[in-house]
Amino acid sequence: MPGRDSRGWGYVLPALAWTLAFFVLPFLLMACYSLWRFDAGKVQHVWTYENYEAFIARPHFLQALVNSLEVTALTVVLSVLLAYPLAWILAFRVPRHLQKIALVLAVLPFWTSYLVRSYSWLLVLSDRGIVNSALLAAGIVETPLELAHNRGATVLGFTHFFTMLLTLTIFASLVQINPHYHAAAADLGASRLRIFLRITLPLSLPGVVVGAFLTFVVAVGDFVTPQILGGGTELLMPQAIMLQISRYVNLPMASAMSLVLMAVVSLVFFACARWLRVRSQASP
Amino acid sequence: MMSRRSFARLAVVVYVALIYGFIFLPVLVLIVFSFQDGKLPVPPFRGFTLKWYDALFANRRLMDSLANSVVVALGSGAVSTVLGFLAAFGLARHRPAGAPMIRWLLVLPLFVSYLVIGMGLLLMLRELGISKSLLTVGMGHLVINLPLAFAVIYGQMGDHQVYAERAARDLGAGEATVLRRITVPMLWPALFAAFALTFTFSWDEFIIAFLLSVFDVTLPVELWSLLRRGLNPQANAAGSLVFTVTIAVLILALLAYRLHRRKDAGGTGR
Repeated sequence: MPGRDSRGWGYVLPALAWTLAFFVLPFLLMACYSLWRFDAGKVQHVWTYENYEAFIARPHFLQALVNSLEVTALTVVLSVLLAYPLAWILAFRVPRHLQKIALVLAVLPFWTSYLVRSYSWLLVLSDRGIVNSALLAAGIVETPLELAHNRGATVLGFTHFFTMLLTLTIFASLVQINPHYHAAAADLGASRLRIFLRITLPLSLPGVVVGAFLTFVVAVGDFVTPQILGGGTELLMPQAIMLQISRYVNLPMASAMSLVLMAVVSLVFFACARWLRVRSQASP
Repeated sequence: MMSRRSFARLAVVVYVALIYGFIFLPVLVLIVFSFQDGKLPVPPFRGFTLKWYDALFANRRLMDSLANSVVVALGSGAVSTVLGFLAAFGLARHRPAGAPMIRWLLVLPLFVSYLVIGMGLLLMLRELGISKSLLTVGMGHLVINLPLAFAVIYGQMGDHQVYAERAARDLGAGEATVLRRITVPMLWPALFAAFALTFTFSWDEFIIAFLLSVFDVTLPVELWSLLRRGLNPQANAAGSLVFTVTIAVLILALLAYRLHRRKDAGGTGR
């Protein structure tokens, strides 16, 4: 192995400098902004906690965070429940030569523009969309159902996207399981259900957790899906932040809210990382 | 009565059919109704027309934004691949003091919402008095693409390359020669994957581009204003086109990768 030496710094420096200048520095600036006063439409360089106090004191800010967490939690659970069986089937029931093509197909719409993906669901769910058209034509309903522009539509749009992502991460962890474990358990007389519960499921959980965490990070910070599919009456965190930026030009408040969002993401990250570490230490 | 085994098989088939239906439903609806001969992209289907695609290609703003997107994606993709490669090489081969911490710092932006990254940059532009432009969008995309490129390339730096590099050095090759003749050719698939990935991420990115651009915008920002006008077949056509282009780029990337692998395998007699 090559030894430590300082020449490495020369190679690392451009990337490091870029990250420091345009990621770390803006972040510190955002922290400053969140502690500055916003008054009479202007940012005052006066240190204050009042943005954070406002976040806690005014119910609609806190409500946005609660909405976001509820929508994201529901999305994660639904996506895992839909993706796990698919990943399992792809890993163990689809013939090997079809596996790759089946997997590629399962994640193909993942590569559509994510703006367009949300819009496409509008074509399906709106008053005159294909679901309502079919229901009306079949005489099942008299008036169109309100399927779009509510929380359900946002969750559906998210679930569609993240089912594909989770199928990938869960599939990857399923195919890594040593097939001898299954064979050994079967030789010892374990039923197929028991093999699944005692071997397959526990060994694939890290893949589920990694995928679920990625889902959480992306979904909780996404502005587009709730803006296109969601209702006008409830706001999620990213929408509330964008509102502060574009309508009120209140950058200090938007900064404080962004930092609250980041704090929540960090908490979830440390919980996931801790769980993964504890598990890897517990297993032989 | 069905036997338990055939019931299980039927359940698997039904589940797969349903979930593929769920995954493909919106895309199919999008594409089918982009050919709608009518004002609304919803049933009933009134006949086949290409006029919405004509309207799309005649839409000057949209075509300009498409060109802008290609430039930004190529630029941020190329720069992030180069910087990511240099950083990965420096960390994996020379192991400077504090390497684990630097590695963490470099991938940290992956864990932060794009909205937060975009807002931080917005504040910075404001403080420095820099006006928004395509360049600032590209800078923002470099922030999100650099960790991606670095992670992909760093993950592919295996030990077998170290031996080849060391052999070259023993034979008297200088640092630049080793990089050019050994490291880059051996890492070519990873470099290509990093470029294709960062290109598509930039190509599809909306919120940072939205926050950091003003007159010259990228395609997703222009699409956003098109989509905001509600259901219209031109938006369908635009969406179908973006989908086709992205898939084409990925297929090209995959083919190039395969071709290279085959050549590689042939060269070493495997």
